[in-house]
Amino acid sequence: MTEYKPIKKVVSGNYAAAYGALHARVQVVAAYPITPQTSIIEKIAEFIANGETDIQYVPVESEHSAMAACIGASATGARVFTATAAQGLALMHEMLHWASGSRLPIVMVNANRALAPPWSVWDEQTDSLSQRDTGWMQFYAENNQEVYDGVLMAFKIAEDKRVSLPAMIVESAFILSHTYDIVEMIPQELVDEFLPPRDPLYTLTDFDNPISVGALATPNDYYEFRYKEAMAMERAKKVIKEVGREFGERFGRDYSQMIETYRTEDAEIVFMGMGSLMGTVKEAVDVLRKEGYKVGAVKVRWFRPFPKEELYQLAKEVPAIAVVDRNFSFGQEGILFNESKGVLFNTDARPLMKDYIVGLGGRDFTVNDVRTIARDMKKTLEKGKVKEEVVWYHLKR
Amino acid sequence: MAESPFKADIERVKREYSEKMTPGAVARIPGSSVVNKTGSWRVFMPEFNRDKCVRCYLCYIYCPEPAIYLDEENYPVFDYDYCKGCGICANECPTDAIVMVRETK
Amino acid sequence: MEIPESVKKRLTLPAEEHFYAGHTACQGCGASLGLRYVLKAYGKKTIVAIPACCSTIIAGAWPYNTLDANLFHTAFATTGAVISGIEAALKALGYKVKGEDGVMVVGWAGDGGTADIGLQALSGFLERGHDAVYIMYDNEAYMNTGIQRSGSTPYGAWTTNTPGGKRHFLEKRHKKKVIDIVIAHEIPYAATASDAYPEDFLRKLRKAQKIPGPSFIQLFAPCPTGWRSPTDKSIEIARLAVQTAYFPLFEYENGKYRINMPSPKKEPKPIEEFLKLQGRFKYMTKEDVETLQQWVNHEWEKLKKLAEVFG
Repeated sequence: MTEYKPIKKVVSGNYAAAYGALHARVQVVAAYPITPQTSIIEKIAEFIANGETDIQYVPVESEHSAMAACIGASATGARVFTATAAQGLALMHEMLHWASGSRLPIVMVNANRALAPPWSVWDEQTDSLSQRDTGWMQFYAENNQEVYDGVLMAFKIAEDKRVSLPAMIVESAFILSHTYDIVEMIPQELVDEFLPPRDPLYTLTDFDNPISVGALATPNDYYEFRYKEAMAMERAKKVIKEVGREFGERFGRDYSQMIETYRTEDAEIVFMGMGSLMGTVKEAVDVLRKEGYKVGAVKVRWFRPFPKEELYQLAKEVPAIAVVDRNFSFGQEGILFNESKGVLFNTDARPLMKDYIVGLGGRDFTVNDVRTIARDMKKTLEKGKVKEEVVWYHLKR
Repeated sequence: MAESPFKADIERVKREYSEKMTPGAVARIPGSSVVNKTGSWRVFMPEFNRDKCVRCYLCYIYCPEPAIYLDEENYPVFDYDYCKGCGICANECPTDAIVMVRETK
Repeated sequence: MEIPESVKKRLTLPAEEHFYAGHTACQGCGASLGLRYVLKAYGKKTIVAIPACCSTIIAGAWPYNTLDANLFHTAFATTGAVISGIEAALKALGYKVKGEDGVMVVGWAGDGGTADIGLQALSGFLERGHDAVYIMYDNEAYMNTGIQRSGSTPYGAWTTNTPGGKRHFLEKRHKKKVIDIVIAHEIPYAATASDAYPEDFLRKLRKAQKIPGPSFIQLFAPCPTGWRSPTDKSIEIARLAVQTAYFPLFEYENGKYRINMPSPKKEPKPIEEFLKLQGRFKYMTKEDVETLQQWVNHEWEKLKKLAEVFG
């Protein structure tokens, strides 16, 4: 193994994603412009223009076609990458199911952006969480480094034959997508050692033994195909941990856990959330600890497959969990809150849980906000029961 | 009558087909539709008069199944395992060498 | 399937069969016949993409497969996009695409999947210039969902959502000229073809194979079930569609138009001859027939002029 000396670059989250795709030796990119994703694709186009890569770039006429072209390319046997956000992701919805149903390891970066109307280009997780049931793995990056690392790991996990499912790397609009930060990049030959060329489950290029993919399945067969996919998603948990560990051993950043805990050891209250806002939360935890609060943080890295076991282990130890959801499911509650509450139902873990709806449409979410939530949560803990389960935290009353 | 050209294919499909589920609903046996004997759909069947045939091949060319093939002497052979009895062959035959008759089975 | 050598010599089409019997198309289906011709022309070194349409069913339910060529089933709106992706991947993987010994990438979509829901993806495919062939098999309605009108349904046709009846509720819009929309993209090669003229269709398929860039063929493919026509009349109807100039066969090649059939010098047969074999036109009044005839005349004159000026 060659010795690892990282190449440090100051890049935006979008450029981190583009470099991730470049270093993963992606062969086909099909994408459509949408704020705040566009500079990912612009950067890739620049790589091509400068002769740094021979990526086949298909400038499609819509996101629906972007995903369709990615599907065609991936089925043919190529390593395929794309990126989108919000409306674009919603337009892709049909084809997201198609990609996973065809068991194609496409990797896509989604820049989390609030859905219209009213128009918004700012950060919110409802776009990607609305695609929860499409059979895509979902990784929420906290910072630009995780965007870069996430793209590289996603290909390895998605292409593992035990998995063969597409993966979405999710970054926050602007907070990551357009904010510059130092990213440690991995020299190409070391990426190549970590991520060998794709060995597809099937291709459309064996002309002596032609196949058909995705034919009609009668009620007698369809059910089993879905079971296969469900099992692949289950196996993905193991593969995620393996690949995350290997990544850590090679490059020093360990991703062997599907969740990341921060100062939770003796914590009374744990803040749980996903994506870039967890950076703010961690900083607030440090401040609150100094103020005498016994608090910690849990970042859910992988939302699909969902880290059920990990959350149970955590919930067993922690008296109160405040979920910070930058998303909402109408008629119910925050989506992470809903999911994490659900996994505890048949267990002996019974922490007090409250859901704070924060930062929708890019509303600022600050350290002070976390402090306010901590005070509210402390009261809940003292009373010993949850009165108001879902709090629209920022509401101008 | 010459043997159906699909016979070997049917045997191949039966040999290779297994219940094993393939992720992505991949079907690995090309032409495996031949195990499906669509001849049972037929209400009218083509009756062939070899004496009238001028070997123009129109029946072979226009068969949508295809359920007509050609023998060594260039005459059409009707594969009743698959012929659905649409009657295109009879309609297109320039010499009335093919006529549709009610299925008796 | 083995074909005797003596037969091969005399056949006007390739003897090799890559479309197998046992499929579940209706009796007298023009779509299945068309797909049989396509695979005769291109053989095994082909990747076919099929969106939601009758051919989804014709190609066989898992694990069966009517085709002896690689086949990717895709979503309704995506034929143009999927073949673009397949072509891009083939190039990325170092395959020769199109041309004599190249891999053929074929989009095989119905008229609904082309004229309506797939039009945007088709336009993108044409405009970007991918090396693939898009074939629209035109049976003039959504047949797989049970005969609903599409943009390609002709004036006066009965369909289940333009059902005729006492109030005379029929299709009142003329057939969308998809081929003209395609030609507006100024692609290297576009053509119309018909199940009734397989040699002409195969010649066009081969031309589409040779000419680099995107090619488009609109194939007239009768549907006895949807057209309420006798199953044995499919070819006759397709022939009459050409002879009446309702569906003339022509080519657009590098900016030049060429009419193949019917002869521009002769008066085409009256549209009545095409209509009378099909139950779908039975609700048309005399005036309706005249309206359709006027449209046919106008379109035919237009095409003749185009061939004259840009021939």
